[in-house]
Amino acid sequence: MSKMHVSASVNGEPVEFLCEPQQSLLNVLRDELNLTGTKEGCTTGDCGACSVMLDDRLVCSCLTLAAEVQGKSVGTIEGVANGDTLHPIQQALLEHAALQCGVCTPGYVVAIKALLEKNPLPSESEIRYWLAGNLCRCTGYDKIITAVQDVAQQMAKADKNAGEPA
Amino acid sequence: MSEAVNFKYIGTRPVRPDGVDKVTGRANYGADANLPGMIHGVVLRSPHAHAIIKKIDLSQVRLLDGIYAAVSGNDFPEVSSGSMGGEGGGDYKDLAANIMARNKVLYHGHAVAAVAARTRELAVEALALIQVEYEILDPVMTLDAAMAEDAAILDESMFTQGVDPKPKYPSNIASRIEFKRGDIEQGFLEADIIVESEFRTPTVHQGYIEPHACLASINEGGQATLWCSTQGHFDVRAASAKVLNMDLCDIKVIPSEIGGGFGGKTVVYQEPVAILLSRISGRPVKMVMDRDEVFRASGPASASHTRVKIGARSDGTLTAMSCWMAFEAGAFKGSAIMPGAMCIFTPYKVANFYIEGFDVVVNKPKVAAYRAPGAPQAMYACESLMDELARKLEMDPLELRLVNAVEEGVQAAYGPKFNAIGFRECLEVAKQHPNYTRALKEGQGRGVAAGFWFNVGMQSSAEVHINENGTVMVIEGNPDIGGSRASMALMAAETLGVPYEKVRVVVADTENAGYTNVTGGSRVTFATGMAVIQAAQDIISQAKQRAAATWELDEDQVDWQNGHAIPMPGVNADVEPLSLARIAANSGRTGGPLLGRASLNAKGAGPGFSVNIAEVAVDRETGKTDVIGFTAIQDAGKAIHPAYVEGQLQGGAAQGIGWALNEEYIYDEKGVMQNAGFLDYRIPVASDLPKIDTHIVEVANTAHPYGVRGVGETPIVAPLAAVANAVRDAIGVRITELPLSPSRVLESIDGA
Amino acid sequence: MGSFAYAAPDNLADALAVLEQHKNAGQRIQIFAGGTDVLVQLKAGDSEPRTFLDVKNIRETQTISLKGDSAFIGATIVCAQLYENLALKEMFPGLIESADLIGSTQIQGKATLGGNLCNASPAGDTIAALYANKAICMIAGKSGSRELPVEDFVTGVGRNALKPGEILLGLKLPKPNANTSDAYLRFIPRTEMDIAVVGAGVSITLDDEGVCVDATVAISAVAVTTLLVPEAAQALIGSSVDEVALQAAAQASSAAARPISDKRGTKEFRRKVVGVLTRRAALIAANRVKGEAE
Ligand code: FES
Ligand code: FES
Repeated sequence: MSKMHVSASVNGEPVEFLCEPQQSLLNVLRDELNLTGTKEGCTTGDCGACSVMLDDRLVCSCLTLAAEVQGKSVGTIEGVANGDTLHPIQQALLEHAALQCGVCTPGYVVAIKALLEKNPLPSESEIRYWLAGNLCRCTGYDKIITAVQDVAQQMAKADKNAGEPA
Repeated sequence: MSEAVNFKYIGTRPVRPDGVDKVTGRANYGADANLPGMIHGVVLRSPHAHAIIKKIDLSQVRLLDGIYAAVSGNDFPEVSSGSMGGEGGGDYKDLAANIMARNKVLYHGHAVAAVAARTRELAVEALALIQVEYEILDPVMTLDAAMAEDAAILDESMFTQGVDPKPKYPSNIASRIEFKRGDIEQGFLEADIIVESEFRTPTVHQGYIEPHACLASINEGGQATLWCSTQGHFDVRAASAKVLNMDLCDIKVIPSEIGGGFGGKTVVYQEPVAILLSRISGRPVKMVMDRDEVFRASGPASASHTRVKIGARSDGTLTAMSCWMAFEAGAFKGSAIMPGAMCIFTPYKVANFYIEGFDVVVNKPKVAAYRAPGAPQAMYACESLMDELARKLEMDPLELRLVNAVEEGVQAAYGPKFNAIGFRECLEVAKQHPNYTRALKEGQGRGVAAGFWFNVGMQSSAEVHINENGTVMVIEGNPDIGGSRASMALMAAETLGVPYEKVRVVVADTENAGYTNVTGGSRVTFATGMAVIQAAQDIISQAKQRAAATWELDEDQVDWQNGHAIPMPGVNADVEPLSLARIAANSGRTGGPLLGRASLNAKGAGPGFSVNIAEVAVDRETGKTDVIGFTAIQDAGKAIHPAYVEGQLQGGAAQGIGWALNEEYIYDEKGVMQNAGFLDYRIPVASDLPKIDTHIVEVANTAHPYGVRGVGETPIVAPLAAVANAVRDAIGVRITELPLSPSRVLESIDGA
Repeated sequence: MGSFAYAAPDNLADALAVLEQHKNAGQRIQIFAGGTDVLVQLKAGDSEPRTFLDVKNIRETQTISLKGDSAFIGATIVCAQLYENLALKEMFPGLIESADLIGSTQIQGKATLGGNLCNASPAGDTIAALYANKAICMIAGKSGSRELPVEDFVTGVGRNALKPGEILLGLKLPKPNANTSDAYLRFIPRTEMDIAVVGAGVSITLDDEGVCVDATVAISAVAVTTLLVPEAAQALIGSSVDEVALQAAAQASSAAARPISDKRGTKEFRRKVVGVLTRRAALIAANRVKGEAE
């Protein structure tokens, strides 16, 4: 079997890898690029643990062929914090105790970030529907939703003060 | 501990010590470990629910390029019968046969062989080359079918335990249990009103998001190292040793972070297989279940059938309670019938009760513990019928429970006398709660139910090491499944009087922590917490000795306050208080490092009571139920980290709501599960749920230094009946079988 | 055993050539758009090696055009692009809703309108809405292009009318006039993430008096393909979409349904609820024409 050569950008850095034509992006991220922060809960698009950004869209990396990302940019959980500073979303999840086992958390961070980029001040119902594809079996979602509401407010305030997007 | 205590750290809500790694993707879960030269193991699973294995031929697959090892049941040693203990219970012989079938397959998905190959894909492909000859038997898929006279028998050597005289014929009923008190017939005679009904609940799964995963590596000397996601690495060690006939000291188990378990990761599935494949191949072997395997071959929790009868006087006083309950154990004996029976009537003072229970095998995966194992099924039945009783009596359902609620000094149905418990307090809070009285609209309904779980203690070990600068390392052996590192750090900080930020908690492997039972039974904050406190107290007494030596005082002339050694009041010594940091810095001169330790078998786990209020809206044209409000009230004894206690209440509520409304294993007539994925095994998603309001009641558990009682399991007990009672309220019809799926609800509405 | 391959040509001619090549060589090729169904199938049994022909780099499949009297939506436009397009949302609120219902946010970032249609699930959410809007499939092949009404495109469970060598480029929808609107509703046990147990798409045209002069009703997950229910449409036409007409339409849908019982719902449930959804969707569509709040 001949492998395909793919060049893409992952978390802002150019990356090249070899993959099988039928191999999923999740598989390549975890097994070839050692980016194990992206989790596997189902491989059928039903849990959201594998959420990543593909260009400007939130997608399931388990339902994306690695070959598809040729020339595109991929954003994973590993690229969310800025140097040694947590992203406000990460900080908010921690402060609200919005994770128990934490295996769903990377997917949430990526999905919440995508949400707030599109809709900086979502309603509770908008948050819940946006995140309906991210299963969490531990928390009952309550504290995750509260954390999102809280961080949305904070980020909006910070934006206003800074006069430019964070 | 009835007086209010002012704590400095306990009761605060700091960020958990392992938090940053978990929000950045750095934390390593079961499937995240890799080793050089690693190969991948996968399992061949039975396509039949019930069959005899006539022959397994691995010769072809062994020849395939890139295949390093292939095994079937024949490659495992014989394992003799013996009780496993722990939360799930069970027998080692059954465990071995569950891990890899011998002679017979007992459920669709039962492991029959395993191969290890260069890649997972290759291993999966290779499975097709394994030839298995089966003789297909009738699948036994329900309690009714299994208990029928002419049922196909899963295990010809199984004779019902607990019946007299000993039965002559084998049966699918593994055992019968009975609890009673008083005179049940008399009790019903004393009743002004008697209600009875029967209830059924389906097979459900714990639904942890992280599939089972492990990595095993064994060296030429036969010493194995196992990385895995588990609720109890000491139990993994014990089970693997037993199944592979190895010595405990030859297996080191390193627990990864764990992506949920809820009882389902107290059991071993792939670990011994991975070790065996590693031994044969000489390479590290990784095994990760896919979601389909998780559903078909791990978990689930028992389906149940319960008939309940309750008698009461017209003032609501209960005179008699009786039940007949049967739980599916899955392929091997050992359902949670015992704890279910121990819980069912426990919240109530009743002089006469009778409980009969049956543990029944069926052709489904062997059940595993699921959060308060047995209690949700049992109390769904009791609490639904209590609701009917309240309706018949035209009594407020909380009032009915208050009239009968157990309290301190009452002898529990399962034996001991209650110490201080918070059931009444929970009921009072519920009664006053605005969510109990707010107006509902047409088509909406409200239901309440009580929950109970006795909680357990068991064995724990802990060490506290003081670094040379006075910072604190807590070493313990319970995988942190929901923030327990934070609780341990808070209790250590409180005891030692050092800031929370100066404490680090390590969940150590089987070679670096003292023996500790599983993370389960709501025991960690209670029992391991107690060990941590005692280990910290050990440090304090050592620190006081060092200070006494420094000051040339007697030991009993030194006190410990706010992280400092000080002379006892009245001791005349002109000395500055010595901080833990100072003492640590000088420890080389005063006798060496400070190292505290404790090990214990914790007694006095405080029972956990809860009251839940569910509010629902039912669409009468489609039968769909929306939960529009949910309130969880529970006695935590003392909430060490209240946010994580709330999280337990909320998470348990969500699981219970799922159980009530949508979750169930759906089988075809051949015994093949039809919905082995998160698409059709419908756990609640974020948009399905409302905010879950919580109220923590704190009636201190006198057996714990800080008053802790376990909180992890009770939260899943009450929601089933709370939701069912709310639906009853909304539609005016009682549905006695879960889940309350739209078709079932619509049928009931249309049939009414 | 053959092997897997992946090709993502950036123009139609190349894509058609790849198809032709495989056809002539007798090799299996599967057209690939969002991949959200294909990767699940790959996992759940159909692991036969084949070539994936990714068609989303082809300009035609990536176009949305609202010029002239019909709208064109490229086959590989993802659901999220559909509901982010306000002009489209205004024009076909029901169709856009149906795209918004598919899977999760993550799925909607990849799943395409064309993929949903070609996958031809009896429960496909957008399919009933496309039926209701009288969509025309625009198909390209080596020997030129052809058009096919959407109800002729879907031929069975997972089957469509594409011949080997053909590609679905997109869908052409007649633009509704000011008195026409649509709605799509589906029933699922949860609020999200499920496959439709039943669905109903309705398009309605009212005259100035509020009398229904045209209607299309399509129902899904109650037969091997999405069904058009002319009887339900007839029940609405000529009425002021009042309760009597709505009930009649509901009954017509229930009567037309040929459901089965499976893990997602029983026959009886589907038959009843498809009527309920028909009534509710018709009412929403009518109210939309009238500009009334829902
Ligand atoms: S692993 Fe991709 S959605 Fe579950
Ligand atoms: S915290 Fe465990 S699944 Fe979300």
